[in-house]
Amino acid sequence: MAEFHRKLERNAIGFVLAIVVVASIGGFVEIAPLFTIDETVEDVPDMRVYTPLELAGRNIYIREGCYACHSQMIRTLRDEVERYGPYSLAVESKYDHPMLWGSKRTGPDLARIGGKYSDAWHVAHLTNPRDVVVESVMPKYGWLNRNTQRTDDLGDHLLAQRRVGVPYTDEMIANATNDAYGQTAPDSEFATGVAERYGEATQIRSFDADATRVTEMDALVAYLQILGHLTDAAYKQAAMAGEAAK
Amino acid sequence: MVAQLSKGERQLSVIVLLALALAGLAMAVAGRADPLGVHGIIVILFSAALIFVVLAQFNAPEPSPERLKDYYDDPSKVGIVLSMFWAVIGMALGVWVAALLAWPDLTIDAAWASFGRLRPAHTSAVIFGFGGNALIATSYHVMQRTSRARLPGQFSPWFVLIGYNLFCVVAAAGYFMGVTQSKEYAEPEWYADIWLTIVWIAYFVLYIRTLARRKEPHIYVANWYYLAFILVVAMLHIVNNLAVPVSLGHAKSYSAFSGVQDAMTQWWYGHNAVAFFLTAGFLGMMYYYLPKRAGRPIFSYRLSIISFWGITFMYMWAGSHHLHYTALPQWVQTLGMTFSLVLLVPSWASAGNALATLNGAWHKVRDDATLRFMMAAAVFYGLTTFEGSFLAIRPVNSLSHYTDWTIGHVHAGALGWVALITFGSIYAVVPWLWRRQAMYSARLVEWHFWLALSGTVIYVFAMWNSGIIQGLMWRTYNESGTLTYSFIESMVAMHPYYIARAFGGLLFLLGAIIGTYNVLMTITGHSKAVEEVGEDMPHRAGAAISAEPAE
Repeated sequence: MAEFHRKLERNAIGFVLAIVVVASIGGFVEIAPLFTIDETVEDVPDMRVYTPLELAGRNIYIREGCYACHSQMIRTLRDEVERYGPYSLAVESKYDHPMLWGSKRTGPDLARIGGKYSDAWHVAHLTNPRDVVVESVMPKYGWLNRNTQRTDDLGDHLLAQRRVGVPYTDEMIANATNDAYGQTAPDSEFATGVAERYGEATQIRSFDADATRVTEMDALVAYLQILGHLTDAAYKQAAMAGEAAK
Repeated sequence: MVAQLSKGERQLSVIVLLALALAGLAMAVAGRADPLGVHGIIVILFSAALIFVVLAQFNAPEPSPERLKDYYDDPSKVGIVLSMFWAVIGMALGVWVAALLAWPDLTIDAAWASFGRLRPAHTSAVIFGFGGNALIATSYHVMQRTSRARLPGQFSPWFVLIGYNLFCVVAAAGYFMGVTQSKEYAEPEWYADIWLTIVWIAYFVLYIRTLARRKEPHIYVANWYYLAFILVVAMLHIVNNLAVPVSLGHAKSYSAFSGVQDAMTQWWYGHNAVAFFLTAGFLGMMYYYLPKRAGRPIFSYRLSIISFWGITFMYMWAGSHHLHYTALPQWVQTLGMTFSLVLLVPSWASAGNALATLNGAWHKVRDDATLRFMMAAAVFYGLTTFEGSFLAIRPVNSLSHYTDWTIGHVHAGALGWVALITFGSIYAVVPWLWRRQAMYSARLVEWHFWLALSGTVIYVFAMWNSGIIQGLMWRTYNESGTLTYSFIESMVAMHPYYIARAFGGLLFLLGAIIGTYNVLMTITGHSKAVEEVGEDMPHRAGAAISAEPAE
């Protein structure tokens, strides 16, 4: 072996090629099959895409680095399921470009936070967490209420999402800006289109209690309130497992 | 330094900088309604400042051809100063965000100053600013000595170093504006990633061209590691950052991968950023500076070979241990755990090889804080890789994952291994590069060593405690079979450890500030110059350390 290596280390190009080949094997074996093996991601017909407003909220979640302290991945462990809800399925982040599973819980997991608290609670909590949870160490996000959400380019965002594989329709892309407004204004003419395109279950209301404009707070709360509810698959699976246990 | 460039190289520099400024202008115009525009202005200012630097000495006389007989160390010198500069910035940010976790209301009501935006600035400044500059600077120094050849040109080393720092500046400025892909340790957006790819290809070509000029038949082991660092980081960087931008006028892009495939790709990248950025490159440093400083050849050539190929092969399988019990298929989790365990063999072979090299030089370790930095780094490398394999075991990971234990593990590696080997190498190389007899103050090196060591130990112990307490509280059941603690109770229990962690980090930061002062005093002529250049020139025999260690 040492003799062979003595020859190899006299040849720079040979050494380079050897490194590339040796280092490629692991990734190739572990990653490539994830795209080809069908069982990797469950097939779920009711899985829906994010509305433009929710997608904008997701981008704020990324921008502010929320993922550094909050995971969105409930592991298959008893205590996690009892604390946070049914364990996360691969399909639930199927449209997440990128995924936000996270790696650290300075704060709790948020995979199923949607619907657990009211909009008003989220607004108060994001404005000053210590107003509602005295011991919290979460930062304040006061600017979310002050900043108007940029909506004019949401069509471009949806189009880019479609390019990476999210099934947004031409109609969704064309109406993205109006739909973002419509989702926060249930009484407006734009609200009906949102329900048509994204489903009757879509949450359409002013999330920050200020119906006159779309703020970044609207977008972020809309995103938080949909977390865990893009599909019922995980809840159904948990219910079935419960039945089987009986 | 510009006067050392030939007239042709000065012209090329101005042309490239003008092209860069134009690219900045295009970004500023296309992204005027977006953070991209601010980045464009930063690129313009950066290029303009450098154009002035070049133009100030543009008409200086052509440098003497005699210089070509010597090594070319100007870029290494600048890289080392930049490395210390980023160390202080990055560690200060680290102490600050650590303090925010203990006292969240210390900060001001401004988006750029919030924890979520400062945290990636901390990680990038220390990993890429401090670590990356040290790697580039020392790799230039090491490859020339071990090849007994001068760098092939004077332009491309500067292009790589300065281009890399532009990447770091764009990354940091982006985080303050909230520009991030959210991919851990790969946060910068698409245009910064494209720029880094260009810089990195130039780095690889420079390395290969230097090796092609070598007068030693064998490529020395330090260069294997630097080569693996450059090559594999390129592979990881390109695949992990594949994305589609919203438009050419938007900073924002969407990752090509989603969900479970994205998770695996990100941790394939993330874990191997640890392996090939934070391990391979620094092992390259260790394999050169530790034997040089100790005056001993590397203990075992065979161990070097085994550990090099073991690390290069096995690390690439280990990323999935970050995804135990998740929606990632279990066969991938099991592969990741298995390879993580076997990985201990080449890791300890490296650490053992380094420590055994010190046999016969332990009196130097006692007296010389510089060598002691490197010895302590090898010990921490051994401890951290053991801990890494341990944490990769599924049941252990069920407790440790998502907790501060991970943070403690990362910092045992980042402070104990990466930073200590870097400081040791810098203290060794600064007097050589600037032709001084020694560092300005040996006592300050000693102070730095003990501050760094105690800071690391306090930090790591605090995070071990908080992590294990957290993990246990989350899974504790009471007699009625329900969870005992609410999440917020576990968070309250962390408070004293978060204070201790910030204190440990502060000690480490103080050490880095002392080190920077010491380096600056040394290079500004406050320590005695070496009169005879001696052997540190390519045409003198015996300049390189033996490419084939004793066996």
